[in-house]
This record gives sequence, structure tokens and C-alpha cells, in this order.
Amino acid sequence: MADQLMQQLVNSLLIGSVYALVAIGLTLIWGVMNIINFAHGDFLMVGMFVAFWFYTLFGVDPIFSIPICAAVLFLLGLVIYRYIVSKVMTGPILAQLVVTFGVSIFLANLAVMLWTPDFRLIDKPLLSGTWTLGAVQLSVPKFAASVGSVLVSAAVFLFLRKTKTGKAILAVEMNRESALLVGINTERINSLSFGLGSALVGIAGAFLSMYYYIYPQVGGLFGLISFCIVAFGGFGSIEGAFIAGILIGFVQTLGGYFFDPAYKYAIVFMVYLITVWIRPQGLLGG
Amino acid sequence: MRTFTPRQISVSAVVLILLILYPLFVRGSFPVHVMILVFLFGMMGVAWNIIGGFAGMFSFGQVAFFGIGAYTSSYLLTTYHVSPWIGLLAGGVLAALAAAAIGIPCSNLRGHYFAIASIAFAEIVRIHFNNWKLIGAAEGLTLPMLPESFRNFMFHSTKTPYYYIILGFLILSLIACSWVSTSRMGFYFRAIKESHDVAKVLGINFVRYRLGAIMISAFLTAMAGTFYAQYILYLDPESVLILPISIQIVLVSMLGGAGSIMGPVIGAAILLPISEVTRVWLGYKGTGIDMMIYGTLIMLISVYQPKGVWGLLSTIGRREA
Repeated sequence: MADQLMQQLVNSLLIGSVYALVAIGLTLIWGVMNIINFAHGDFLMVGMFVAFWFYTLFGVDPIFSIPICAAVLFLLGLVIYRYIVSKVMTGPILAQLVVTFGVSIFLANLAVMLWTPDFRLIDKPLLSGTWTLGAVQLSVPKFAASVGSVLVSAAVFLFLRKTKTGKAILAVEMNRESALLVGINTERINSLSFGLGSALVGIAGAFLSMYYYIYPQVGGLFGLISFCIVAFGGFGSIEGAFIAGILIGFVQTLGGYFFDPAYKYAIVFMVYLITVWIRPQGLLGG
Repeated sequence: MRTFTPRQISVSAVVLILLILYPLFVRGSFPVHVMILVFLFGMMGVAWNIIGGFAGMFSFGQVAFFGIGAYTSSYLLTTYHVSPWIGLLAGGVLAALAAAAIGIPCSNLRGHYFAIASIAFAEIVRIHFNNWKLIGAAEGLTLPMLPESFRNFMFHSTKTPYYYIILGFLILSLIACSWVSTSRMGFYFRAIKESHDVAKVLGINFVRYRLGAIMISAFLTAMAGTFYAQYILYLDPESVLILPISIQIVLVSMLGGAGSIMGPVIGAAILLPISEVTRVWLGYKGTGIDMMIYGTLIMLISVYQPKGVWGLLSTIGRREA
């Protein structure tokens, strides 16, 4: 019993840290532009497929295609922002909410058209197998994905706090008009944040491709969970998204363990609803 | 009470007569089927509009009420042989209660937060129904074949009676919606939408009114759910509880014009024929092209016609008059 519980706690951390990275990408966009990217999960799917095809066609292991995934998704994010999202920024809120659903449906079905709805798996990733630590089984690719996600999240945190561009992003997040007044090119910051947020989810896609099934609809669930994480952690808060990501990892894993695995996502959504009821601004929201 | 101009009354009467005559003049069942979907989604768009268009709460979880309506009447029919008409009322009441249960914690949420909370709620319902043995879990429910009659809410030889029933439901929804918009509730909603904080200061108990709006909207959407179950005669969570239905409901309202009474019907009349025809032409291969067109359509509408075509039509109408 204690051993099983220990295993569940480890599993929680392993999935929670990847959730955190996915959610940080989303919250960056949300915080800067006040836009929910409902295609975020589909961006993750694209990242997974990029890693899959580099592995299948050129034999590049996902661990080495991380920069490629990041670059492809950065560009995808820029294009989507420049040609679609920026056009609705001054429009009605409803249009801002709906437009990225269009992007989501388009991308998922583009993947169906190009690659069929089949499930795929990277069969022999460089990092594979399991380590046994006492009674706990530790899957090597999951562990690598988790450590990688934490490192990337820390890098984003440092980038936002220490670099000039990062500080500009935070400034726009705090107050767009004032940022404009002190000479920050807010339009450039918008594109950059959208690209950066997308690149982060691309990296998460590369990590996940090492052990998760890859198929066109894979983004749906991850997207939905990441919206909950972001709202749970607090509007636009990077720290909030990270902490909430880990917490949701625990809620999902332990909820599935103690109640019913079939209900693990329902429990996540329930916890989210209870949180926004008590604290509408999220855990760390102002 | 709102007064209608003679011009509006005569236009509505002509449109209504044309709609009543429509099934008599078209060949084959496909055109009737498309119009049934137009009315079905038009009706749900009108119901969405009561909370989204008037009260400014953008629900992306309407499918939960649709599913509750469909499942309630179907479960009562398959298990206890209860008439679907009674099931329709029971489903409406249950959906309204569910709406109240979710509306109380969520009525303080605004904008994005409300949208996500509504999706989360609908997903909980979907996951639960997928695992609930009593109502068939993932296998769903197949409705028993009964002799065709209005009483049984079931017709096999022709789709035409379904057409008239859903047209009646749509008209009922429009009446409910215009009642809400001209009532005290409607004025308060406009006040809340103009300024959340000012309305609060003036002492408008907006939680109560919002709750009322959500419950009416849920009841009507559940009616549409029962209709759908009786029309298709089979339901499972992956056909009546999925996010794309919620999105479609929002989309017809936005395309037509959120906040106007007739807007969602116009939106449905434009969107449903396009999506049905592309689905029939391109969807059968399962290549996803029909859905790519649909996704592109959503992007185009959001970018170029976010305020809906109803505003466009009414300005043209005024210019002519």
C-alpha cells in the first residue's frame, strides 16, 4: 500500500511537471494578450508530430529534435498570431474566444488529412527502459521529460526576470498603455509572446513524444487541462501555472488512484470548478 | 412591451408561410433534414443568446444541457416506457436544475473564466455519462421502435413531422427569448452588460437574474436534446455530449448576431447548410477536409463578421424603409 502510494506520488510529479510546461506556454499568451489560445493543445500535437517525423524519416531522436520542435512551433505561433489572432484583438470578446477554436479544428483535421487518424508511437527512443528505486519504478523517458520540463520552465522564469526583452513582456502584461508610453513596442511583444508560448508547447510535445501516443486528436485533452491549470494558478501568472501544473498532476493521479481511474480528468475539472468558485482569480491571481 | 411595425409583422408572416410550405415543394429527404438541423441549432442558438447575447456569459458548455435532455427522455422511454413528451419536460427540468447547480458557483465569473468553467462542467458530464452503467455508459442507448405517431414522437416513413415539431420548438424559443429581452430581466441584463460594477452598485441582484437566464436557456437546450434523440433514435456520450456541438451553438449565434433575437436563426440558416453539404460531399472519406473547411469558416467569421450578419441586414432594411 505504502509502496503503491509512493509510486503514485512519483507519477504525479512526472506528469505534473510536463503539464506545468504546457500551461506556462498558454499563460504567457493569456497574460500578455488576454487571449485564450484554444488551439494550444493542437500546437502540442504538432510538436509531437514534428518529433515523430524527424525520428521516423531521419532517425533523429526526440531529445535532439527539441530545438527543431521549438523553432517550428515558434514560427507557427507567429503566423497564427500575425494573420489571424491579431485581427480579432480589437474585435468583440466573443470573436476572440471563438477564433482559436477555428485554428484548433483546422490543425487537428489537417493532421488527419496528412497523416490519418492512426495512433503512432516512437518505438525505440534513445532514453528508454525503467529504473527501479526501492519499490518505485521510474520510467526513464518520463523522468527525462519531467526534468527537462522543469529546466525549461526555470529558463523561462529567468528569461522573464533577467533579460530586457523578458522584462518588457512582463511590463506589457502588467499594463499595456504604460508599457507603450515608456517606449516598448507592444505589437512586437505580442508576436514574441505568442511565438514563445507556442515554442514552449512545442518543446513539451517533443518530451511527450518519447512515451505518449501521437495522434491528431491528442491535443484536445491536454489543451483542456492546461486551460484549467492556467485559470487555477491565476491569470497570466508563470509561477501560478507551474505550481498549479504540479498540483493538477497530483489531483489527477491520486484522484484516479483513490476513486476511479476513469474519472481522473473529471476530478481535475471538479477541483478546478471548486477553486474558481472560492477564488475566482485563481490561486496566485491578484 | 415591444411593438412590432406592420412591415415586420408582414415579413414574419410571409417567412412563416414559406417555411410551412417548404417540405411540400422539395424532393427527397436531404433538404428537409438540412432544415431540421437549421431549426435545431437555431433553437439552441436562441437559447444560448439568452445567457451569451443578453447577459454576456459566454457558455461553451451548452452541450451538457443538450445531452441531459436527450438522455433523460431516452432513459425514461427505454426503461419505463414513459412518453417522450413527458420525458421532454423531465429533461428540461433536470437540465434547469443542473444549470442552477453550476450557475451558482459560476455566476460571478466573467469572460474567459466563465467560458472555461462551462467547458469543464460539460466535460464532467461527458465523462460521467461515459461511465454510468445505468444509462448504457459508452455503449449509449438505442430507442425502441414504436409505431409512428405524434404521441410516440417517432416517425419512420418521412421526416416531415419532425420538421414541423422542431419548427414549433424554434418558435417557442423565440417567444421565450423575446419575452426575456423585453422583461425586467432583459433590462437588467443590458445594464449588467454595460457595466458590471455600476449594476452592482445600483443594487441589481444580478446573480438571481443570471441564474434565471441560465435555467431558461438550459430548459430550451434540453428540449432540443430530446428532439435530437427522437430524431436519430440512438445516442451515446460521443455523439450528444461533445465540445464541437457547444462550439457550433456559439458559432451560429455569433455569425447571426449575438444579442439580437433572430440573429442565431439567421446564423444557423447560413452555417448549417454549408457544413452539411461539405460533410456529405467531402466528409465520407474521413479525410478531415470538411472539418478543415469548417475551421477556416470559423476563422473567417471571427475576423470579418464578428458582430454577425443580423446588424448588416437590419441596416439594409432600415435604408429601404
